[in-house]
Amino acid sequence: MITMTKDTMEIVREQDVVPFRNRVKELATKIGMSLVNQTKLITAASELVRNMLKYANGGKVTLELISKAGQSGVRLTFTDKGPGIADIQQAMQDGFSTGRSLGLGLPGTRRLVNEFAISSVVGEGTTVTVTHWKNGR
Amino acid sequence: MDTNTTARLLLRKKQDILVNWMENQLADDTLRDDLISNEELNKQSEELLDGLLKAVSHGNFENIYSPEYEQTLDTLGDISITRARQGFSPRETNLYVLSLKQALTDVLEQEHLNDPALLYKEVILINKLLDNLSIATFETYLKGREEVILRQTDELNEISTPVIRVWDGILALPIIGTLDSSRTQIVMENLLQEIVNTGSSIAILDISGVPAVDSLVAQHLIKTVSATRLMGAECIISGIRAEIAQTIVHLGIDLSNIRTKSTLASALQIAFEMLNLQVRKTGQTSVTKLLR
Repeated sequence: MITMTKDTMEIVREQDVVPFRNRVKELATKIGMSLVNQTKLITAASELVRNMLKYANGGKVTLELISKAGQSGVRLTFTDKGPGIADIQQAMQDGFSTGRSLGLGLPGTRRLVNEFAISSVVGEGTTVTVTHWKNGR
Repeated sequence: MDTNTTARLLLRKKQDILVNWMENQLADDTLRDDLISNEELNKQSEELLDGLLKAVSHGNFENIYSPEYEQTLDTLGDISITRARQGFSPRETNLYVLSLKQALTDVLEQEHLNDPALLYKEVILINKLLDNLSIATFETYLKGREEVILRQTDELNEISTPVIRVWDGILALPIIGTLDSSRTQIVMENLLQEIVNTGSSIAILDISGVPAVDSLVAQHLIKTVSATRLMGAECIISGIRAEIAQTIVHLGIDLSNIRTKSTLASALQIAFEMLNLQVRKTGQTSVTKLLR
């Protein structure tokens, strides 16, 4: 797997969400992703970035254009220094939320993107990595 | 070193300082005589210098937030804001304040040429003071700009959520842009108020202009629909594009309790049906009507 471009963005306020989404859209358009896949990726990015703001008061996102076996894609890594998630399995269940929301952010995001990885240490923070390929497979 | 002596010296030399400062400004490349006349500049500079010398006459060169600096800071604030309006760049405004530093140190240099140690201390003092004042200027400038931005944000939120009465008893609400918590609040308030005002029984929320529907936006929409129902009105969500529909399904958001339509036109049709209204083509064209 090759990384073609790499870029990071700090997310600290709600106002940072829109520019961030636009940046993701730019990357997705650049590699010619279809509208449906673009929307899926942007929505997933939006979910994760909102989580980061709500539970960890913000964090950092790394945006990468990657290529693997002739296929290009976008990879986003969300890193925060928030409270962390005690039970990841529980957090990945539909309808579970500690913040009175729909509880669809994490499980929904996993269904929206091609690859999804999450790791978290209580008291240290959470890292979520999502990858979406150009053809959505 | 006695700061009072320095202050008295500066006060005595006020005229020299002003002349020196004005000369510096007039000779500078960045002078904007297109924006401010020389007389005006002279008047402004004299007022600022007067205030500053009055403030330092208490021997305080350090803390610009003490009461004796109030007048100076006010004058500086006024200058900063009017200059911003007149079209000066922040750099030009700041240079204006900093050019006073040169004028002040020049006078001190002439006076204390044979006492370098004292001169050094005095120059350091003046430097600190003027740096602080230039920071204060910049802060005022930024504050002025931020106020404008905040006001615009509020206005934008108000403008971008119109409630339109499309038919007797039917309201339409086109939502354009990102739907966040504060926006939803405004949308909901406007909508509920308009339902009361017009006695409408159907509201159409059109989300064609919402770029992405994530779970937070969906939650806001569901809340708005619930609130509308509590008021006894029915809510239809229109403008769900194909890619948005797929995303909502993958996210696992359940909108099955809400009436949704892909276009505003089809939502309007449903609304007509609910009100037992029909839109029909008339038998004759208007031309034949005219001929008769």
